[in-house]
Amino acid sequence: MTAPTPFQTPMPLPAPSQLPTSRPIATTVRAPQPMEEPGKVLLDISGLNAYFGALHAVRNVTLGFREREVTAIIGPSGCGKSTLLRCLNRMHETVPLARVTGRIEFHGQDLYAPEVNPIEVRRHIGMVFQRPTPFPTLSIRDNVSAGLRTVSRGRRPPKAEVERIVEQALRAAALWDEVKDRLDTSAVGISGGQQQRLCIARALATSPSVLLLDEPTASLDPLSTQKIEELVYALRTKVTVIIVTHNMQQAARVSDRTAFMLDGELVEVAPTDKLFTTPSDPRTEAYVTGRFG
Amino acid sequence: MSRAAPHMAGAVVGDRIYRWLTTLAALMVPALLLFIGIEVFIAGWPAFRLAGFSFFTTSRWDPVHSVFGAAPAIFGTLVSSAIALLIATPLAVGAAVFLAELAPRWLRQPMSFLVDLLAAIPSVVYGLWGIFVLAPMMRQHIAPFIKETLHLGNLPIFSGPVYGPGMLTAGIILAIMVLPYISAVTREVLMAVPRSQREAALALGATKWEMIRDAVIPGARSGIVGGIVLGLGRALGETMAVTMVIGNTPKISASVFATGYTMASIIANEFNEAVSNEHASALMAVGASLMVITLVVNIIARWLVARVGARAA
Amino acid sequence: MIRRKIANVVMLALMWLAAALVLLPLVLILGRLIVQGASSLNGDFFTKMPLPPGSTGGGMANSIAGTLVLLLIASVAGLPVGVGAGIYLAEHRSAKTASVVRFLADVLNGVPSIVVGIFAWEILVKPLHHFSALSGGIALGAMMIPLTARTTEEMIRTVPNSLREAALALGYTNWRTSLSIVTRTALPGIVTGALVALARVAGETAPLLFTALGNNFWSLRLSQPIDALPLRLFLYATSPYDDWNRQAWAGALVLIALVLIIGIAARYAARPRFGKAVD
Repeated sequence: MTAPTPFQTPMPLPAPSQLPTSRPIATTVRAPQPMEEPGKVLLDISGLNAYFGALHAVRNVTLGFREREVTAIIGPSGCGKSTLLRCLNRMHETVPLARVTGRIEFHGQDLYAPEVNPIEVRRHIGMVFQRPTPFPTLSIRDNVSAGLRTVSRGRRPPKAEVERIVEQALRAAALWDEVKDRLDTSAVGISGGQQQRLCIARALATSPSVLLLDEPTASLDPLSTQKIEELVYALRTKVTVIIVTHNMQQAARVSDRTAFMLDGELVEVAPTDKLFTTPSDPRTEAYVTGRFG
Repeated sequence: MSRAAPHMAGAVVGDRIYRWLTTLAALMVPALLLFIGIEVFIAGWPAFRLAGFSFFTTSRWDPVHSVFGAAPAIFGTLVSSAIALLIATPLAVGAAVFLAELAPRWLRQPMSFLVDLLAAIPSVVYGLWGIFVLAPMMRQHIAPFIKETLHLGNLPIFSGPVYGPGMLTAGIILAIMVLPYISAVTREVLMAVPRSQREAALALGATKWEMIRDAVIPGARSGIVGGIVLGLGRALGETMAVTMVIGNTPKISASVFATGYTMASIIANEFNEAVSNEHASALMAVGASLMVITLVVNIIARWLVARVGARAA
Repeated sequence: MIRRKIANVVMLALMWLAAALVLLPLVLILGRLIVQGASSLNGDFFTKMPLPPGSTGGGMANSIAGTLVLLLIASVAGLPVGVGAGIYLAEHRSAKTASVVRFLADVLNGVPSIVVGIFAWEILVKPLHHFSALSGGIALGAMMIPLTARTTEEMIRTVPNSLREAALALGYTNWRTSLSIVTRTALPGIVTGALVALARVAGETAPLLFTALGNNFWSLRLSQPIDALPLRLFLYATSPYDDWNRQAWAGALVLIALVLIIGIAARYAARPRFGKAVD
């Protein structure tokens, strides 16, 4: 398989004749070209179990995420990947009857320790959801800086600093050029793809060390999807990215490492190209070759 | 953009305060209801205790001699409301059927708006119109029409002198006032009947009227009755317009042209000039009774309308 | 078959007739109001005070001002409670307490306004031994609570849960999410509901009969009786003086105009604000 430089052309789906029948495959697999070496483990999950009442959604997952690395979590609908993601920034517990056991260490500290405030956790671990959710009553600028206003007035950065942060975040989200002349207009006046990038900028504005993306391009058109995939890949140098996706090709395009989940269990985790070409577990092979999912 | 370990803190005080404030606001609702009920009952208790059950059955209301029989007021409330419903129901249901089934599309919105506008007119304005337009109309045209042209003057219900203000006049004004409520509820439940029911009836060869009668109305029946009962609830509690056109005399008569009293109007008319503490207490007792009656009626109405929703689900 | 056809025509004609008859009183009443009221409406009406019975002229300046003051008091008394209750109901939608509160709000809505009036008299006028604008305003405010609570709840429910989640994920506390994001997004609808409730109490007379009482003189003091349009209308309409009767029509026209203006403001507040996202 060829390994073109990523994102220079839109990804074509492979013609059927190109598919070997027994080997798993994604449309293209990025050759490992890390810009920087992945760093130490930032977020460490051990023995995580998550429940919705009696429903056991995440079963005994142990997984670590390293600095400067993009990890994709794939799996069929209902496998627990979104639930796992939401456990990382303590969003899972906002749902009634939700329960979590196990340990998640962030910078060496247990996120679920009783004295830990979930709000603080969420200020350091950002999240972008499947559907773009700009705050409709706020302008673009105010949307991006919304995360900065979650602390009391005394602890907020001064106005000039906020302006700088907003510009920086919008540039990182590849949206600055498109909206720099309309920062004070309503955030719902831009297209869906732009709104999602706005949400990414909003999440980045608080300088999180981890960015969680829950199927961020699921509701977007192919062009917007491509733009976002490009920027996700570029964000690796600044943030640890964990992306949940049901699109295997997307996982192959943007991630360094991929984890495969099934029925709440972590089946396999490996460098992306290895998972898609030579997976160790037969279930992984069945999924990535498209035999189910 | 990496950071040192985040500062972890305890629970947020703001959340608790907010929770308390909204819960407090919500609890004000039952508190207010309870408060109203209790205060009015306590204030009226002396009158209840003095007269016992005969408070409701005695037909003599004579504050000067401290005789308080609420029967005329209760009678008037029931009769005027009954007249109102008799007049309003066919009109409101008919208009609602018209709006839901027969009206051309461009007419629906404006006409619904106009019918609902009837509910926006303040009670005292209805009363004003009642005094200067309807009452004279009753005396000069409507009553003579019924008595002479229709030859119904010999019936006890249409007998006696006609002053203008009276039970029938009050009933007509009440009918106009409750019309929009019955119509709105009926319209909603009719429109909730699924389209498939209508089409099935028409496909079987029913005329438009037969379709309405057999496919649409039966499904909405509970809701329509609920709307009527809702209208009853409003008619029972209506004060100003009735006070202005009912004549305010504490007596029970057979004729609809006679003047009378209702529970609401007796309070409005006499409260500020109450001649004694017993008088005030008796009026409070009337108020408490009125509250109970309207509460029961409203609860029944809501239950009936809710049944339509539950069945449709 | 012929019988069915005739029955069909007859019944449908009756429906059309019912529709026309329903609109008839509206036309009659509003028509009479406009004809008789407009002729008595002049600058004096809005600027002059009422004159003693028997003399012609004068106006309803104090009544109009009084109504506005009472509506202000009612808003201050009733809206925070109503909106707060609505927020509670929207955020605890299935809780037992919430269902009970919701049910009781509808029950409270059905309490006759005269009963609210004697209640307010009992707790605010009798112990203090005087009638007051404050007691009248509070009575009206109490009547605004159930309606405001239900409309606020409905409007907040229209805000998608994803917005709430986005705010929480950013690190917003629960209360800031509820207030700055969810309630703020639903604000136009909440304002509409509040204005609708205001329009309803603007025309109420019964709760004021024993609380605000009415006042022939100019007074806006909260601890004194205050006049209001509906009260003055009641007084003038039931009086035997021709000039007072004439002025009552004008007053009725002004009162209806006020109710309609508030209603139109409500509709204006509900107008769609942001265009749909371009996709």
